[in-house]
Amino acid sequence: MLAIEVKNLTKEFNGLKAVNNVTFEVKQGEIFGLLGPNGAGKTTTVKMLTTLLKPTKGKANVWGYDILTQRDEVRNSIGIVFQEPALDNRLTGYENLDFHARLYGLNKTKREKRIKEVLDLVELQDKAKVLVKNYSGGMQRRLEIARGLMHYPKVLFLDEPTLGLDTQTRRHIWDYVLKLNQKEGTTIILTTHYMEEADFLCQRTAIIDFGKIIVNDTPFNLKNILGGDVLSIEAEPAKEAFNVFQEFSWVKKVSQHNGFIDLTVEQGEKKIPLLMKIDQKEKGFEIKSVNLRKPTLEDVFLHFTGRTIREREASQSEKNKMMMRGRFKR
Amino acid sequence: MVSKNLETIYVMWLREMKRFFRAKSRVVGTLAMPFFFLLAMGFGLKPSFNFPGMPQNINYLDFLVPGIIGMTMLFNSMFAGISVLWDKEFGFLKEIMVSPAKRPAIVLGRIAGGVTTALFQGFLLLIISLFLGFHIVNPFGIFLAFIFMILIGIGFIGFGVAIASVMEDTQGFSLIMQLIVFPIFLLSGVFFPVSNFPSWLKIIALADPLTYGVDGLRGALINFSQISLPLNLIILSLFAFSMVVFGSWLFSKSQV
Repeated sequence: MLAIEVKNLTKEFNGLKAVNNVTFEVKQGEIFGLLGPNGAGKTTTVKMLTTLLKPTKGKANVWGYDILTQRDEVRNSIGIVFQEPALDNRLTGYENLDFHARLYGLNKTKREKRIKEVLDLVELQDKAKVLVKNYSGGMQRRLEIARGLMHYPKVLFLDEPTLGLDTQTRRHIWDYVLKLNQKEGTTIILTTHYMEEADFLCQRTAIIDFGKIIVNDTPFNLKNILGGDVLSIEAEPAKEAFNVFQEFSWVKKVSQHNGFIDLTVEQGEKKIPLLMKIDQKEKGFEIKSVNLRKPTLEDVFLHFTGRTIREREASQSEKNKMMMRGRFKR
Repeated sequence: MVSKNLETIYVMWLREMKRFFRAKSRVVGTLAMPFFFLLAMGFGLKPSFNFPGMPQNINYLDFLVPGIIGMTMLFNSMFAGISVLWDKEFGFLKEIMVSPAKRPAIVLGRIAGGVTTALFQGFLLLIISLFLGFHIVNPFGIFLAFIFMILIGIGFIGFGVAIASVMEDTQGFSLIMQLIVFPIFLLSGVFFPVSNFPSWLKIIALADPLTYGVDGLRGALINFSQISLPLNLIILSLFAFSMVVFGSWLFSKSQV
Protein backbone atom coordinates (compact mmCIF):
# COMPACT_ATOMS: atom_id res chain seq x y z
CA MET A 1 0.00 0.00 0.00
CA LEU A 2 1.12 3.55 -0.72
CA ALA A 3 1.08 6.12 2.07
CA ILE A 4 -0.52 8.71 -0.17
CA GLU A 5 -2.07 8.34 -3.59
CA VAL A 6 -3.28 11.46 -5.37
CA LYS A 7 -5.08 11.34 -8.70
CA ASN A 8 -6.02 14.39 -10.78
CA LEU A 9 -6.72 16.48 -7.71
CA THR A 10 -8.16 19.91 -8.54
CA LYS A 11 -9.35 22.77 -6.36
CA GLU A 12 -10.99 25.84 -7.78
CA PHE A 13 -11.67 29.08 -5.91
CA ASN A 14 -14.10 31.28 -7.83
CA GLY A 15 -13.08 29.70 -11.11
CA LEU A 16 -9.36 30.05 -10.35
CA LYS A 17 -7.51 26.77 -10.25
CA ALA A 18 -5.36 26.83 -7.11
CA VAL A 19 -4.52 23.17 -7.61
CA ASN A 20 -4.72 21.92 -11.16
CA ASN A 21 -4.93 18.21 -11.93
CA VAL A 22 -2.23 17.13 -9.54
CA THR A 23 -1.14 13.49 -9.44
CA PHE A 24 1.54 11.98 -7.23
CA GLU A 25 2.34 9.15 -4.85
CA VAL A 26 4.18 8.91 -1.57
CA LYS A 27 5.65 5.62 -0.38
CA GLN A 28 5.53 4.42 3.20
CA GLY A 29 8.40 5.67 5.34
CA GLU A 30 9.39 8.26 2.78
CA ILE A 31 10.06 11.97 3.23
CA PHE A 32 8.35 13.58 0.27
CA GLY A 33 8.56 17.26 -0.61
CA LEU A 34 6.28 19.64 -2.42
CA LEU A 35 8.58 22.42 -3.54
CA GLY A 36 7.36 25.64 -5.04
CA PRO A 37 6.87 29.38 -4.55
CA ASN A 38 4.17 30.88 -2.33
CA GLY A 39 0.79 30.61 -3.97
CA ALA A 40 1.77 27.56 -6.02
CA GLY A 41 -0.98 25.47 -4.41
CA LYS A 42 1.02 23.56 -1.82
CA THR A 43 -1.06 24.48 1.21
CA THR A 44 -4.31 23.94 -0.66
CA THR A 45 -3.11 20.46 -1.58
CA VAL A 46 -2.26 19.74 2.05
CA LYS A 47 -5.61 21.07 3.23
CA MET A 48 -7.42 18.74 0.86
CA LEU A 49 -5.35 15.72 1.91
CA THR A 50 -6.00 16.50 5.58
CA THR A 51 -9.81 16.76 5.04
CA LEU A 52 -9.95 20.49 5.79
CA LEU A 53 -11.01 21.35 2.24
CA LYS A 54 -13.07 19.42 -0.24
CA PRO A 55 -11.53 19.02 -3.69
CA THR A 56 -13.43 20.31 -6.72
CA LYS A 57 -12.35 17.29 -8.75
CA GLY A 58 -10.12 14.29 -8.40
CA LYS A 59 -9.41 11.62 -5.82
CA ALA A 60 -6.90 10.95 -3.11
CA ASN A 61 -6.18 8.23 -0.59
CA VAL A 62 -4.22 8.77 2.59
CA TRP A 63 -2.98 5.60 4.27
CA GLY A 64 -5.46 3.71 2.08
CA TYR A 65 -8.46 5.80 3.14
CA ASP A 66 -10.46 7.98 0.79
CA ILE A 67 -10.27 11.65 1.79
CA LEU A 68 -13.91 12.19 0.84
CA THR A 69 -15.70 9.10 2.11
CA GLN A 70 -13.46 7.95 5.00
CA ARG A 71 -12.60 11.24 6.62
CA ASP A 72 -12.51 9.96 10.19
CA GLU A 73 -10.10 7.15 9.25
CA VAL A 74 -7.91 9.66 7.40
CA ARG A 75 -7.97 12.01 10.40
CA ASN A 76 -6.95 9.16 12.68
CA SER A 77 -3.97 8.31 10.50
CA ILE A 78 -2.46 11.75 10.05
CA GLY A 79 -0.71 14.45 12.01
CA ILE A 80 -0.22 17.95 10.74
CA VAL A 81 1.90 20.99 11.49
CA PHE A 82 0.23 24.00 9.94
CA GLN A 83 1.97 26.88 8.21
CA GLU A 84 0.47 29.46 10.57
CA PRO A 85 0.62 28.71 14.29
CA ALA A 86 -2.36 26.72 15.53
CA LEU A 87 -1.67 26.60 19.26
CA ASP A 88 -3.77 27.87 22.14
CA ASN A 89 -1.62 30.71 23.53
CA ARG A 90 -3.41 30.78 26.84
CA LEU A 91 -2.59 27.16 27.61
CA THR A 92 0.83 25.82 28.57
CA GLY A 93 2.83 23.62 26.24
CA TYR A 94 1.88 20.58 28.29
CA GLU A 95 -1.80 21.50 28.21
CA ASN A 96 -1.74 21.92 24.44
CA LEU A 97 -0.35 18.42 24.09
CA ASP A 98 -2.80 17.06 26.64
CA PHE A 99 -5.73 18.66 24.81
CA HIS A 100 -4.58 17.08 21.58
CA ALA A 101 -4.12 13.64 23.11
CA ARG A 102 -7.59 13.66 24.63
CA LEU A 103 -9.10 14.82 21.35
CA TYR A 104 -7.55 11.76 19.72
CA GLY A 105 -8.77 9.48 22.50
CA LEU A 106 -5.47 8.48 24.13
CA ASN A 107 -5.93 7.13 27.65
CA LYS A 108 -4.19 8.56 30.70
CA THR A 109 -1.12 6.29 30.84
CA LYS A 110 -0.52 6.53 27.09
CA ARG A 111 -1.03 10.26 27.24
CA GLU A 112 1.50 10.92 29.96
CA LYS A 113 4.10 8.61 28.45
CA ARG A 114 3.74 10.07 24.99
CA ILE A 115 3.81 13.70 26.10
CA LYS A 116 7.12 13.02 27.78
CA GLU A 117 8.46 11.27 24.67
CA VAL A 118 7.56 14.02 22.21
CA LEU A 119 8.75 16.77 24.54
CA ASP A 120 12.05 14.91 24.77
CA LEU A 121 12.27 14.69 21.01
CA VAL A 122 11.91 18.44 20.50
CA GLU A 123 13.80 19.29 23.73
CA LEU A 124 11.04 21.30 25.37
CA GLN A 125 10.75 19.41 28.68
CA ASP A 126 11.79 22.38 30.77
CA LYS A 127 9.29 24.70 29.05
CA ALA A 128 6.31 22.36 29.39
CA LYS A 129 4.67 24.35 32.16
CA VAL A 130 5.10 27.73 30.48
CA LEU A 131 2.20 29.45 28.72
CA VAL A 132 2.60 29.19 24.96
CA LYS A 133 2.25 32.95 24.51
CA ASN A 134 5.66 33.24 26.17
CA TYR A 135 7.29 30.86 23.67
CA SER A 136 9.57 32.08 20.89
CA GLY A 137 8.63 31.37 17.27
CA GLY A 138 11.02 28.45 17.08
CA MET A 139 9.75 26.94 20.33
CA GLN A 140 6.18 27.20 19.13
CA ARG A 141 7.07 25.39 15.93
CA ARG A 142 8.84 22.66 17.87
CA LEU A 143 5.83 22.28 20.12
CA GLU A 144 3.61 21.96 17.07
CA ILE A 145 5.83 19.24 15.66
CA ALA A 146 5.64 17.46 19.00
CA ARG A 147 1.88 17.80 18.96
CA GLY A 148 1.63 16.49 15.42
CA LEU A 149 3.35 13.33 16.65
CA MET A 150 1.29 12.83 19.82
CA HIS A 151 -1.13 10.26 18.47
CA TYR A 152 1.43 8.15 16.57
CA PRO A 153 0.32 9.28 13.10
CA LYS A 154 1.24 7.12 10.13
CA VAL A 155 1.63 10.17 7.92
CA LEU A 156 2.83 13.55 9.13
CA PHE A 157 2.15 16.69 7.09
CA LEU A 158 4.53 19.59 7.59
CA ASP A 159 3.36 22.76 5.88
CA GLU A 160 6.38 25.10 5.56
CA PRO A 161 7.85 23.80 8.84
CA THR A 162 10.71 26.33 9.00
CA LEU A 163 9.04 29.42 7.55
CA GLY A 164 10.36 32.56 9.22
CA LEU A 165 12.83 30.76 11.48
CA ASP A 166 16.51 31.59 11.82
CA THR A 167 19.14 29.32 10.31
CA GLN A 168 20.09 27.64 13.55
CA THR A 169 16.51 26.80 14.54
CA ARG A 170 15.88 25.57 11.01
CA ARG A 171 18.81 23.18 11.32
CA HIS A 172 17.38 21.87 14.58
CA ILE A 173 13.99 21.29 13.06
CA TRP A 174 15.56 19.41 10.17
CA ASP A 175 17.28 17.17 12.70
CA TYR A 176 13.97 16.45 14.46
CA VAL A 177 12.29 15.65 11.18
CA LEU A 178 15.02 13.20 10.19
CA LYS A 179 15.02 11.69 13.68
CA LEU A 180 11.33 10.99 13.79
CA ASN A 181 11.38 9.63 10.27
CA GLN A 182 14.11 7.20 11.25
CA LYS A 183 13.06 6.39 14.82
CA GLU A 184 9.32 6.13 14.38
CA GLY A 185 9.19 5.35 10.69
CA THR A 186 6.70 8.14 10.14
CA THR A 187 5.95 8.95 6.52
CA ILE A 188 6.45 12.68 6.06
CA ILE A 189 5.13 14.99 3.41
CA LEU A 190 6.42 18.52 3.63
CA THR A 191 5.84 21.65 1.64
CA THR A 192 8.51 24.28 1.34
CA HIS A 193 9.78 27.08 -0.81
CA TYR A 194 13.31 26.64 0.53
CA MET A 195 15.43 24.72 -1.96
CA GLU A 196 18.01 23.63 0.61
CA GLU A 197 15.24 22.23 2.78
CA ALA A 198 13.79 20.02 0.08
CA ASP A 199 17.28 19.01 -0.97
CA PHE A 200 18.44 18.16 2.55
CA LEU A 201 15.35 16.35 3.82
CA CYS A 202 13.40 14.83 0.97
CA GLN A 203 13.95 11.48 -0.62
CA ARG A 204 11.71 12.58 -3.45
CA THR A 205 10.50 16.04 -4.42
CA ALA A 206 7.78 17.32 -6.68
CA ILE A 207 8.24 20.81 -8.05
CA ILE A 208 4.94 22.63 -8.19
CA ASP A 209 4.13 25.93 -9.89
CA PHE A 210 0.80 27.57 -10.70
CA GLY A 211 -1.04 24.61 -9.18
CA LYS A 212 0.64 22.09 -11.45
CA ILE A 213 3.34 19.54 -10.77
CA ILE A 214 6.14 20.20 -13.22
CA VAL A 215 8.50 17.40 -12.36
CA ASN A 216 8.78 14.76 -9.65
CA ASP A 217 11.93 12.80 -8.77
CA THR A 218 14.74 12.46 -6.23
CA PRO A 219 16.65 15.71 -5.66
CA PHE A 220 19.74 13.92 -7.03
CA ASN A 221 18.04 12.97 -10.29
CA LEU A 222 16.44 16.38 -10.60
CA LYS A 223 19.81 18.06 -10.39
CA ASN A 224 21.25 15.54 -12.82
CA ILE A 225 18.71 16.65 -15.40
CA LEU A 226 20.86 19.73 -15.72
CA GLY A 227 23.75 17.55 -16.85
CA GLY A 228 26.17 17.92 -13.96
CA ASP A 229 28.35 20.45 -12.15
CA VAL A 230 29.53 23.73 -13.58
CA LEU A 231 33.18 24.80 -13.55
CA SER A 232 33.43 28.54 -14.07
CA ILE A 233 36.88 29.39 -15.32
CA GLU A 234 38.58 32.71 -15.79
CA ALA A 235 41.36 32.36 -18.33
CA GLU A 236 43.52 34.57 -20.55
CA PRO A 237 43.35 34.71 -23.44
CA ALA A 238 39.88 33.25 -23.24
CA LYS A 239 39.75 32.27 -26.87
CA GLU A 240 42.72 29.89 -26.66
CA ALA A 241 41.41 28.35 -23.46
CA PHE A 242 37.94 27.89 -24.93
CA ASN A 243 39.38 25.90 -27.84
CA VAL A 244 41.47 23.71 -25.56
CA PHE A 245 38.58 22.92 -23.18
CA GLN A 246 36.40 21.90 -26.11
CA GLU A 247 38.81 19.08 -26.89
CA PHE A 248 38.45 17.32 -23.51
CA SER A 249 36.27 14.21 -23.53
CA TRP A 250 35.11 14.80 -19.93
CA VAL A 251 33.62 18.17 -20.77
CA LYS A 252 29.98 17.86 -21.74
CA LYS A 253 29.30 21.44 -22.66
CA VAL A 254 31.31 24.64 -22.98
CA SER A 255 29.77 28.08 -22.90
CA GLN A 256 31.10 31.58 -22.45
CA HIS A 257 29.53 34.51 -20.63
CA ASN A 258 30.70 37.61 -18.76
CA GLY A 259 34.29 36.73 -19.45
CA PHE A 260 33.92 33.32 -17.80
CA ILE A 261 34.05 29.96 -19.49
CA ASP A 262 31.49 27.53 -18.07
CA LEU A 263 32.21 23.83 -18.37
CA THR A 264 29.43 21.38 -17.65
CA VAL A 265 31.04 18.28 -16.18
CA GLU A 266 30.25 15.35 -13.92
CA GLN A 267 31.76 15.32 -10.44
CA GLY A 268 33.37 18.71 -10.79
CA GLU A 269 35.66 18.35 -7.77
CA LYS A 270 37.53 15.53 -9.56
CA LYS A 271 37.96 17.60 -12.70
CA ILE A 272 39.80 20.50 -11.06
CA PRO A 273 43.03 18.42 -10.74
CA LEU A 274 42.74 17.59 -14.45
CA LEU A 275 42.66 21.30 -15.21
CA MET A 276 45.82 21.71 -13.17
CA LYS A 277 47.63 19.14 -15.31
CA ILE A 278 47.21 21.26 -18.45
CA ASP A 279 50.56 22.58 -19.60
CA GLN A 280 49.50 26.20 -19.72
CA LYS A 281 52.76 27.49 -21.21
CA GLU A 282 52.58 25.07 -24.10
CA LYS A 283 48.89 25.77 -24.82
CA GLY A 284 49.48 29.51 -24.61
CA PHE A 285 46.96 30.63 -21.95
CA GLU A 286 46.78 31.17 -18.23
CA ILE A 287 44.05 30.03 -15.81
CA LYS A 288 43.32 32.83 -13.33
CA SER A 289 40.55 31.27 -11.25
CA VAL A 290 38.35 28.20 -11.07
CA ASN A 291 34.98 28.12 -9.39
CA LEU A 292 33.02 24.89 -8.90
CA ARG A 293 29.24 25.23 -8.72
CA LYS A 294 27.04 22.31 -7.81
CA PRO A 295 23.56 22.66 -9.34
CA THR A 296 20.80 23.36 -6.80
CA LEU A 297 17.10 22.74 -7.00
CA GLU A 298 16.87 26.47 -7.70
CA ASP A 299 18.66 25.78 -11.00
CA VAL A 300 16.21 22.97 -11.65
CA PHE A 301 13.26 25.27 -11.00
CA LEU A 302 14.85 27.85 -13.27
CA HIS A 303 15.41 25.23 -15.93
CA PHE A 304 11.76 24.14 -15.98
CA THR A 305 9.95 27.44 -15.41
CA GLY A 306 12.36 29.96 -16.84
CA ARG A 307 12.43 31.88 -13.55
CA THR A 308 13.87 31.45 -10.10
CA ILE A 309 11.55 30.84 -7.17
CA ARG A 310 12.43 34.22 -5.72
CA GLU A 311 11.44 35.97 -8.94
CA ARG A 312 8.17 34.07 -8.99
CA GLU A 313 7.45 35.13 -5.44
CA ALA A 314 8.27 38.73 -6.14
CA SER A 315 5.80 38.81 -9.00
CA GLN A 316 3.26 37.03 -6.81
CA SER A 317 3.53 39.64 -4.05
CA GLU A 318 3.21 42.36 -6.73
CA LYS A 319 -0.03 40.71 -7.78
CA ASN A 320 -1.29 40.59 -4.19
CA LYS A 321 -0.50 44.25 -3.74
CA MET A 322 -2.46 45.08 -6.85
CA MET A 323 -5.38 43.07 -5.54
CA MET A 324 -5.27 44.88 -2.20
CA ARG A 325 -5.20 48.24 -3.95
CA GLY A 326 -8.17 47.21 -6.05
CA ARG A 327 -10.04 46.28 -2.89
CA PHE A 328 -9.48 49.63 -1.24
CA LYS A 329 -10.65 51.50 -4.31
CA ARG A 330 -14.06 49.86 -4.09
CA MET B 1 -17.43 5.38 21.07
CA VAL B 2 -19.59 7.08 23.71
CA SER B 3 -16.60 7.47 26.01
CA LYS B 4 -14.60 9.07 23.20
CA ASN B 5 -17.33 11.64 22.63
CA LEU B 6 -17.56 12.31 26.36
CA GLU B 7 -13.80 12.83 26.39
CA THR B 8 -14.16 15.36 23.55
CA ILE B 9 -16.88 17.22 25.43
CA TYR B 10 -14.81 17.13 28.59
CA VAL B 11 -11.63 18.42 27.00
CA MET B 12 -13.44 21.28 25.26
CA TRP B 13 -15.02 22.16 28.61
CA LEU B 14 -11.67 21.91 30.41
CA ARG B 15 -10.02 24.23 27.91
CA GLU B 16 -12.75 26.83 28.40
CA MET B 17 -12.39 26.64 32.19
CA LYS B 18 -8.64 27.17 32.01
CA ARG B 19 -8.91 30.03 29.56
CA PHE B 20 -11.72 31.71 31.46
CA PHE B 21 -10.21 31.64 34.92
CA ARG B 22 -6.82 32.73 33.62
CA ALA B 23 -8.30 35.84 32.03
CA LYS B 24 -9.26 37.75 35.13
CA SER B 25 -10.15 40.81 33.09
CA ARG B 26 -12.77 38.80 31.23
CA VAL B 27 -14.46 37.77 34.47
CA VAL B 28 -14.69 41.38 35.59
CA GLY B 29 -15.28 42.86 32.16
CA THR B 30 -18.34 40.82 31.28
CA LEU B 31 -19.88 41.50 34.69
CA ALA B 32 -19.37 45.25 34.52
CA MET B 33 -22.05 46.11 31.96
CA PRO B 34 -24.94 44.22 33.59
CA PHE B 35 -23.84 45.54 36.96
CA PHE B 36 -23.98 49.16 35.81
CA PHE B 37 -27.33 48.59 34.13
CA LEU B 38 -28.59 47.19 37.40
CA LEU B 39 -27.24 50.11 39.35
CA ALA B 40 -28.36 52.93 37.07
CA MET B 41 -31.70 51.60 35.88
CA GLY B 42 -32.56 49.79 39.07
CA PHE B 43 -32.15 52.75 41.35
CA GLY B 44 -32.91 55.41 38.79
CA LEU B 45 -36.27 54.07 37.72
CA LYS B 46 -37.29 52.44 40.99
CA PRO B 47 -39.39 55.35 42.35
CA SER B 48 -41.23 56.11 39.15
CA PHE B 49 -42.28 52.73 37.85
CA ASN B 50 -45.41 50.85 38.62
CA PHE B 51 -46.76 48.45 36.07
CA PRO B 52 -50.41 47.55 35.98
CA GLY B 53 -50.93 44.12 37.45
CA MET B 54 -47.63 44.02 39.30
CA PRO B 55 -47.95 42.85 42.91
CA GLN B 56 -47.41 45.58 45.53
CA ASN B 57 -44.56 43.76 47.24
CA ILE B 58 -42.42 43.88 44.11
CA ASN B 59 -40.48 47.02 43.25
CA TYR B 60 -38.68 47.88 40.04
CA LEU B 61 -35.32 46.53 41.20
CA ASP B 62 -36.95 43.16 41.88
CA PHE B 63 -38.47 43.30 38.42
CA LEU B 64 -35.16 44.20 36.82
CA VAL B 65 -32.82 41.66 38.41
CA PRO B 66 -34.15 38.52 36.64
CA GLY B 67 -34.00 40.44 33.38
CA ILE B 68 -30.40 41.47 33.93
CA ILE B 69 -29.51 37.88 34.79
CA GLY B 70 -31.10 36.84 31.50
CA MET B 71 -29.08 39.53 29.76
CA THR B 72 -25.84 38.32 31.34
CA MET B 73 -26.62 34.82 30.15
CA LEU B 74 -27.38 36.11 26.66
CA PHE B 75 -24.18 38.12 26.26
CA ASN B 76 -21.88 35.51 27.76
CA SER B 77 -23.47 32.73 25.76
CA MET B 78 -23.37 34.55 22.45
CA PHE B 79 -19.77 35.41 23.15
CA ALA B 80 -18.92 31.80 23.99
CA GLY B 81 -20.55 30.61 20.79
CA ILE B 82 -18.96 33.21 18.57
CA SER B 83 -15.54 32.50 20.12
CA VAL B 84 -15.33 29.84 17.38
CA LEU B 85 -14.41 32.84 15.22
CA TRP B 86 -11.45 33.70 17.40
CA ASP B 87 -10.26 30.12 17.20
CA LYS B 88 -10.54 30.49 13.44
CA GLU B 89 -8.57 33.74 13.53
CA PHE B 90 -5.80 32.33 15.71
CA GLY B 91 -5.61 29.09 13.76
CA PHE B 92 -6.60 26.83 16.64
CA LEU B 93 -9.81 25.79 14.91
CA LYS B 94 -7.74 23.90 12.33
CA GLU B 95 -6.22 21.85 15.12
CA ILE B 96 -9.73 20.91 16.23
CA MET B 97 -11.15 20.34 12.75
CA VAL B 98 -8.35 18.08 11.60
CA SER B 99 -8.90 15.75 14.56
CA PRO B 100 -11.16 12.72 14.35
CA ALA B 101 -13.34 14.08 17.18
CA LYS B 102 -17.02 14.13 16.27
CA ARG B 103 -18.24 17.60 15.32
CA PRO B 104 -21.43 17.55 17.45
CA ALA B 105 -19.33 16.49 20.45
CA ILE B 106 -17.04 19.47 19.83
CA VAL B 107 -20.05 21.80 19.78
CA LEU B 108 -21.52 20.19 22.90
CA GLY B 109 -18.18 20.64 24.66
CA ARG B 110 -18.12 24.29 23.75
CA ILE B 111 -21.69 24.63 25.02
CA ALA B 112 -20.76 22.89 28.28
CA GLY B 113 -17.86 25.28 28.77
CA GLY B 114 -19.85 28.37 27.82
CA VAL B 115 -22.83 27.46 29.99
CA THR B 116 -20.54 26.92 32.98
CA THR B 117 -18.85 30.30 32.67
CA ALA B 118 -22.14 32.08 31.92
CA LEU B 119 -23.79 30.43 34.93
CA PHE B 120 -20.86 31.51 37.05
CA GLN B 121 -21.38 35.10 35.91
CA GLY B 122 -25.14 34.90 36.32
CA PHE B 123 -24.87 33.66 39.89
CA LEU B 124 -22.27 36.26 40.77
CA LEU B 125 -24.71 38.87 39.58
CA LEU B 126 -27.54 37.33 41.58
CA ILE B 127 -25.42 37.51 44.71
CA ILE B 128 -24.44 41.11 43.99
CA SER B 129 -28.10 42.02 43.47
CA LEU B 130 -28.97 40.56 46.88
CA PHE B 131 -26.64 43.14 48.40
CA LEU B 132 -28.34 45.86 46.36
CA GLY B 133 -31.68 45.00 47.91
CA PHE B 134 -33.13 42.34 45.65
CA HIS B 135 -35.30 39.91 47.53
CA ILE B 136 -36.12 36.52 46.19
CA VAL B 137 -39.82 35.95 46.71
CA ASN B 138 -39.62 32.22 46.23
CA PRO B 139 -36.38 30.60 47.51
CA PHE B 140 -37.19 27.29 45.82
CA GLY B 141 -37.42 29.27 42.62
CA ILE B 142 -33.63 29.43 42.51
CA PHE B 143 -33.58 25.85 41.31
CA LEU B 144 -36.07 26.68 38.57
CA ALA B 145 -34.11 29.81 37.68
CA PHE B 146 -31.04 27.62 37.35
CA ILE B 147 -32.82 25.54 34.71
CA PHE B 148 -33.91 28.64 32.81
CA MET B 149 -30.38 29.99 32.88
CA ILE B 150 -28.99 26.74 31.50
CA LEU B 151 -31.56 26.70 28.71
CA ILE B 152 -30.82 30.31 27.74
CA GLY B 153 -27.13 29.41 27.75
CA ILE B 154 -27.47 26.30 25.58
CA GLY B 155 -29.75 28.05 23.09
CA PHE B 156 -27.64 31.13 22.53
CA ILE B 157 -24.29 29.34 22.48
CA GLY B 158 -25.71 27.06 19.79
CA PHE B 159 -26.93 30.15 17.98
CA GLY B 160 -23.51 31.79 18.32
CA VAL B 161 -21.74 28.70 16.97
CA ALA B 162 -24.14 28.68 14.02
CA ILE B 163 -23.36 32.32 13.21
CA ALA B 164 -19.61 31.85 13.68
CA SER B 165 -19.65 28.82 11.38
CA VAL B 166 -20.88 30.83 8.41
CA MET B 167 -18.69 33.89 9.07
CA GLU B 168 -15.23 34.17 7.55
CA ASP B 169 -13.45 36.28 10.15
CA THR B 170 -13.98 38.52 13.18
CA GLN B 171 -14.70 41.57 11.01
CA GLY B 172 -18.45 41.15 11.25
CA PHE B 173 -18.50 40.67 15.01
CA SER B 174 -19.70 44.17 15.94
CA LEU B 175 -22.35 43.93 13.24
CA ILE B 176 -23.64 40.76 14.85
CA MET B 177 -23.66 42.43 18.25
CA GLN B 178 -25.59 45.44 17.03
CA LEU B 179 -27.99 43.83 14.60
CA ILE B 180 -28.73 40.60 16.43
CA VAL B 181 -27.67 40.56 20.07
CA PHE B 182 -28.86 44.02 21.09
CA PRO B 183 -32.34 43.67 19.55
CA ILE B 184 -32.71 40.28 21.24
CA PHE B 185 -31.71 41.89 24.51
CA LEU B 186 -33.85 45.05 24.26
CA LEU B 187 -36.99 43.35 22.96
CA SER B 188 -37.03 40.59 25.54
CA GLY B 189 -38.64 42.70 28.25
CA VAL B 190 -35.59 43.10 30.43
CA PHE B 191 -36.50 46.66 31.42
CA PHE B 192 -40.31 46.61 31.16
CA PRO B 193 -43.02 44.07 30.58
CA VAL B 194 -43.50 43.02 26.99
CA SER B 195 -47.18 43.92 27.42
CA ASN B 196 -46.16 47.59 27.29
CA PHE B 197 -45.22 47.24 23.63
CA PRO B 198 -47.70 48.11 20.86
CA SER B 199 -49.13 44.97 19.35
CA TRP B 200 -46.85 44.89 16.28
CA LEU B 201 -43.74 45.12 18.45
CA LYS B 202 -45.23 42.59 20.84
CA ILE B 203 -45.28 40.07 17.99
CA ILE B 204 -41.57 40.60 17.44
CA ALA B 205 -40.94 40.36 21.18
CA LEU B 206 -42.80 37.06 21.30
CA ALA B 207 -40.60 35.76 18.49
CA ASP B 208 -37.57 36.59 20.63
CA PRO B 209 -36.54 33.45 22.54
CA LEU B 210 -35.00 35.47 25.35
CA THR B 211 -38.48 36.84 26.18
CA TYR B 212 -39.40 33.40 27.47
CA GLY B 213 -36.15 33.15 29.37
CA VAL B 214 -36.57 36.49 31.10
CA ASP B 215 -40.24 35.87 31.83
CA GLY B 216 -39.41 32.42 33.15
CA LEU B 217 -36.70 33.81 35.41
CA ARG B 218 -39.18 36.35 36.79
CA GLY B 219 -41.72 33.67 37.42
CA ALA B 220 -39.12 31.58 39.19
CA LEU B 221 -37.52 34.28 41.32
CA ILE B 222 -40.27 36.84 42.03
CA ASN B 223 -43.44 34.91 41.23
CA PHE B 224 -44.43 37.38 38.54
CA SER B 225 -44.67 36.20 34.96
CA GLN B 226 -46.86 37.13 32.03
CA ILE B 227 -46.57 33.83 30.25
CA SER B 228 -47.17 30.58 32.11
CA LEU B 229 -44.02 28.92 33.42
CA PRO B 230 -44.54 25.57 31.67
CA LEU B 231 -45.04 27.36 28.36
CA ASN B 232 -41.85 29.36 28.93
CA LEU B 233 -40.04 26.16 29.71
CA ILE B 234 -41.33 24.32 26.66
CA ILE B 235 -40.60 27.10 24.18
CA LEU B 236 -37.14 27.73 25.59
CA SER B 237 -36.31 24.01 25.54
CA LEU B 238 -37.39 23.76 21.92
CA PHE B 239 -35.24 26.77 21.10
CA ALA B 240 -32.23 25.32 22.92
CA PHE B 241 -32.60 21.92 21.28
CA SER B 242 -33.02 23.29 17.77
CA MET B 243 -30.05 25.62 18.17
CA VAL B 244 -27.81 22.75 19.28
CA VAL B 245 -28.83 20.80 16.18
CA PHE B 246 -28.56 23.84 13.90
CA GLY B 247 -25.21 24.94 15.33
CA SER B 248 -23.72 21.44 15.12
CA TRP B 249 -24.94 21.06 11.56
CA LEU B 250 -23.44 24.31 10.33
CA PHE B 251 -20.25 23.71 12.30
CA SER B 252 -19.83 20.25 10.73
CA LYS B 253 -20.22 21.75 7.28
CA SER B 254 -17.78 24.61 7.79
CA GLN B 255 -14.37 24.46 6.10
CA VAL B 256 -11.27 26.09 7.50
